[in-house]
Amino acid sequence: MRIQLNGAWRELAAGSSGSMGSTGATAEALPASSPTLAAALRLCGYGEAIVATAVNGEFVPARARGEIHLRDGDRVEVLAPMQGG
Amino acid sequence: MDLLRLYDSELTSRLLLGTARYPSPAILEQSVRASGAGIVTVALRREGAHLRTGQGFWSLVRSLGVQVLPNTAGCHSVKEAITTAHMARELFDTRRIKLEVIGEVDTLQPDVFGLLEAARLLIQEDFEVLPYCTEDLVVAERLLSAGCRVLMPWGAPIGSGRGLNNVFGLRSLRAHFPGVPLIVDAGIGTPSHAAAALELGFDAVLINTAVAQARDPVAMARAFALAVEAGRAAYLAGTIPVRDMASPSTPVIGQAFVP
Repeated sequence: MRIQLNGAWRELAAGSSGSMGSTGATAEALPASSPTLAAALRLCGYGEAIVATAVNGEFVPARARGEIHLRDGDRVEVLAPMQGG
Repeated sequence: MDLLRLYDSELTSRLLLGTARYPSPAILEQSVRASGAGIVTVALRREGAHLRTGQGFWSLVRSLGVQVLPNTAGCHSVKEAITTAHMARELFDTRRIKLEVIGEVDTLQPDVFGLLEAARLLIQEDFEVLPYCTEDLVVAERLLSAGCRVLMPWGAPIGSGRGLNNVFGLRSLRAHFPGVPLIVDAGIGTPSHAAAALELGFDAVLINTAVAQARDPVAMARAFALAVEAGRAAYLAGTIPVRDMASPSTPVIGQAFVP
């Protein structure tokens, strides 16, 4: 399945992290379908980074990332603190 | 003590500083310290999994020991602004949000209709909303009725450095809402603009580009701090009324050569 991660298409290979280009994530193999947002973040290499997330324009609190299952074509936004005026 | 009160915060400085467009993180840090600002504004942007530029920035801001005011900069719709506010509340652990809903790309002026709608929704969710608005009295009244307890009218378009474009409108806003903390946000280019805002009775100013893009941002941060302090002192001291005709400052009584 594919998701749009911060505007770029990413392949979430079922049962493998190989196509994610992430490091140290082999133990986090995705199930054949419906990976959670938390799993996808780990596979994409976010680790313990301080980020806020949204799926398809809706905020997903950190505590809910393990319960939100992604679907093909989902738009995932991963935001962090940044300079602002 | 003359404190700035914004929701439940009491601040000694009436200068709020933005954190964008500095030449380096070190200059940003020194500028914040030189400004004496008690609040800095921050934003949210997409984070790369491996670069993680946001993590370093956040560490720097936390080390400054100042309050953060997250913004919804770049949002052009109510939905975008609300989602961003939700994300900011979690990320920065604050209910406070500088609410921006941009309505026009050339001037970056607020979409006041979207702003009001977003403010209403966020206040229902217990946010403390500081709306970036115009000097329009009716809009201000609606925002206050919706539950905003601070307003942030623009001086001029963001980053333009034009100062207080509509002094009459700003003066009118100040007069209509004497008890409401008003912060001039956007468009201030020089310390004299900031001083003028404080002299008009505005409670504070938010500066970003004028400091960050100065030839020497740290020195400019200090200059703004002095100007804000001077402007506030002048407001409290009471400025003289403007007159159309001259009024001699030197006493005429005892003058040797009377016409």
